Amino acid sequence: MIEVVTNLVAWFADPINWQGPTGVPTRILEHIWYSVLAIVLAVAIAQPVGILIGHTGRGGALAINLSNAARAVPTFGVILLTFLVAGIGLVPVLVALVVLAVPSMITNTYAGFRAVDRDVRDSAEGMGMTGWQVVRRVEIPVAMPLIMAGVRISAVQIVATATFAAVVSLGGLGRYIIDGLAQQDLTQVLAGAILVAALSLLTELGLSRLQTAIVSDGLQEESQEASMEAKLEGTTG
Amino acid sequence: MITFESVTKRFADGTVAADDLSFEVPEGELVVLVGPSGCGKTTTLRMVNRMIEPTEGRINVNGQDAASVPAPTLRRDIGYVIQQVGLFPHLTIADNIATVPSLIGWDKERTRKRVEELMNTVGLSQEVAGRYPRQLSGGQQQRVGVARALAADPPIMLMDEPFGAVDPIVRDLLQEEFLRLQRELKKTILFVTHDIDEAMKMGDRIAIFNVGGVLEQYATPTDLLATPANDFVVDFLGAERNLKRLALIPVSAVEPETRPLVSSDDAADRALEAARESGTDWVLVSDAEKRVQGWVSADDLDGQGTVGDAEVHPFGHFVTQDESLRAALDAMVESPLGVAVRVDGDGRYEGVVTHNTLTGELK
Amino acid sequence: MAQSVFEWSWVVENRGDIWAQLAEHIVLTAVPVGLGFLMAFPMALASIRWPRLYSPFLGVAGVLFSIPTLALFVVMIPFTGLSKATAIVPLTLYTLLILLRNTVEGLKGVPSHVREAAEAMGYTRTRQLFRIELPLAVPVIVAGLRIATVNTIAYVAITALIGQGGLGNLFMDGFLRQFPTPLIVGLVLSVMLAVAADLGLLGVQRVLTPWRRNPG
Repeated sequence: MIEVVTNLVAWFADPINWQGPTGVPTRILEHIWYSVLAIVLAVAIAQPVGILIGHTGRGGALAINLSNAARAVPTFGVILLTFLVAGIGLVPVLVALVVLAVPSMITNTYAGFRAVDRDVRDSAEGMGMTGWQVVRRVEIPVAMPLIMAGVRISAVQIVATATFAAVVSLGGLGRYIIDGLAQQDLTQVLAGAILVAALSLLTELGLSRLQTAIVSDGLQEESQEASMEAKLEGTTG
Repeated sequence: MITFESVTKRFADGTVAADDLSFEVPEGELVVLVGPSGCGKTTTLRMVNRMIEPTEGRINVNGQDAASVPAPTLRRDIGYVIQQVGLFPHLTIADNIATVPSLIGWDKERTRKRVEELMNTVGLSQEVAGRYPRQLSGGQQQRVGVARALAADPPIMLMDEPFGAVDPIVRDLLQEEFLRLQRELKKTILFVTHDIDEAMKMGDRIAIFNVGGVLEQYATPTDLLATPANDFVVDFLGAERNLKRLALIPVSAVEPETRPLVSSDDAADRALEAARESGTDWVLVSDAEKRVQGWVSADDLDGQGTVGDAEVHPFGHFVTQDESLRAALDAMVESPLGVAVRVDGDGRYEGVVTHNTLTGELK
Repeated sequence: MAQSVFEWSWVVENRGDIWAQLAEHIVLTAVPVGLGFLMAFPMALASIRWPRLYSPFLGVAGVLFSIPTLALFVVMIPFTGLSKATAIVPLTLYTLLILLRNTVEGLKGVPSHVREAAEAMGYTRTRQLFRIELPLAVPVIVAGLRIATVNTIAYVAITALIGQGGLGNLFMDGFLRQFPTPLIVGLVLSVMLAVAADLGLLGVQRVLTPWRRNPG
């Protein structure tokens, strides 16, 4: 046990592990790069859909059912299938990550919109806001706790799942784990695990701060509850 | 001014919420739409700002067909207050109030001044401006709702049970304050309630609806009580209709009658004379400044020296000219004399209100 | 490059192996969920009795839940090698958050007037818990069990990378050999297992809560 720890410390202390294409900084950057791309894409796809069905109220049941059904499909299997079908490369990885994140983001945004009090919506329309103004000035800000919770959960899930990019020989922190397992190098495996865990937690913390900053002061309590709900509805990879 | 021309609203499942309505809401008046659940009063209200569209007929708002302008534009000129208020939880009170000015494009300074002014008008302290709706009490939220509706100074207001969600004491207060506000602002207001007493209190005119969107009667409160159109209206107006009618007439509207008034220093037999002359078996007693102190019976006066030597019975209540005849009736039943004594602000005698006075007014 | 998409013959030939993986998958799901509930339940009771514990408990379970699955599995290796325990311990820890939260919320969700009535009638705290509050909390608790189970079924597949895997082995096999059939079989069976477990637990809930059935 002690040996494991000393080896780990030595691994992190070794400057070789911090340089070059297999160094920690490179791997971290690769990992972040895949994650950011996937998050941005997922948001770009999911939020407009979520806002549309949230504002009109139509298609929600379908979205929720699809999302629930999606939960029954194991992410690991989906990833491998995507790789099998689409081959190796950044695009399959991104496709897999985005496809996994979009359903729960849509559901959370939809839920956020549905949670807007109908009296609030009624008075907004009654005061003379156009549909778009209602969305922009009222629904989005009021739904923000759930919207952000959805983005946050999906982002953390993407960071975690990006680990599997290594399975198709791409980069990222997953490489330490996959390569380590292949080479029976436990130290490398553990180093990778620690780094991935740290990055995930940092993402969670960072986005949590962002959520607190973005969400209106008048809604902070709802925000905390919403985060908990969203977290439990999603899966991690 | 708001005009309904043969307006009907039929829903897809067949329910009729408004049945061929034609009436006019005169400018500067507060018209109450009242009736039991299912009578369509809220639907009718919401057709004015096109939250619901009529199936048939036309609604004219300020001389223009409501359907001829885009709905958001129409609504920015109409104040809208609903029962649950619908304050935006993510905005401060100040931002909530500033919503329509912001939509219309007022500059920041003008908006800020207007918000400050409105908060004073509705009785909110300025420190509330930076708070959020969830931090306010029900009564405060209601006030914010009214302020928000008044922000762009719309000539017309639609109010749907605006004081329904608070307790009776706060509700009374809000009603009084709103009436005071309306006396100043003279807006054209359509007000929905299910409470006939609130309708009587608030309305210049009342429209009574029946289930199925039928307008049973449209009249001033006084006319409604005096000449109800049919049994439904009679039932809806409720019991003790005469008392309700009396509540609407101020004491100042009737001529006071006179009864014998003496002071405690006067001679008892002089007082007895006065009593016999006027045909009562009692006299009223006042002090040197004519402030009423009570009454003395003729029997007690018999054989006394001065009026003051006899037993003077005090009055439980007086009425002033600003109170209603109903209050006069209330004072009247308290004393065995069967009259209510009318006094001024300092308690000085002005006359009496008798049973005959009341009956005469009710004719 | 890949062979034809689905070869039924492979399924028939390997059905013994497929069954074995399915069986392993079921074991690797049932044990962690069961253990997780055994841990979460007392934690939930403690959180109700001493509310100040709830936040820290949730915090720890939440952090665990946020750690990527592969990382947590891998971290176990120095302690438990490549045995079943390496899979089971993290899988159990992952269920804690949802099971703890749903059990607590389920119990808290019992209307206070019901609890007051029970107390006023002379129930002791323990009897009240078991005869009144728990039965009423069953729907929410079972909802938590359903989510935990479906999640776990997904996570088990990942353990293929550390020598366990259940149906995950079929995924890996198909992927490594560029042969879709095992992958598809694995996915289909996973989904069926998840749906069956979800419905099964729902059925258990119905049995335990006869008062909720609609009349007629």
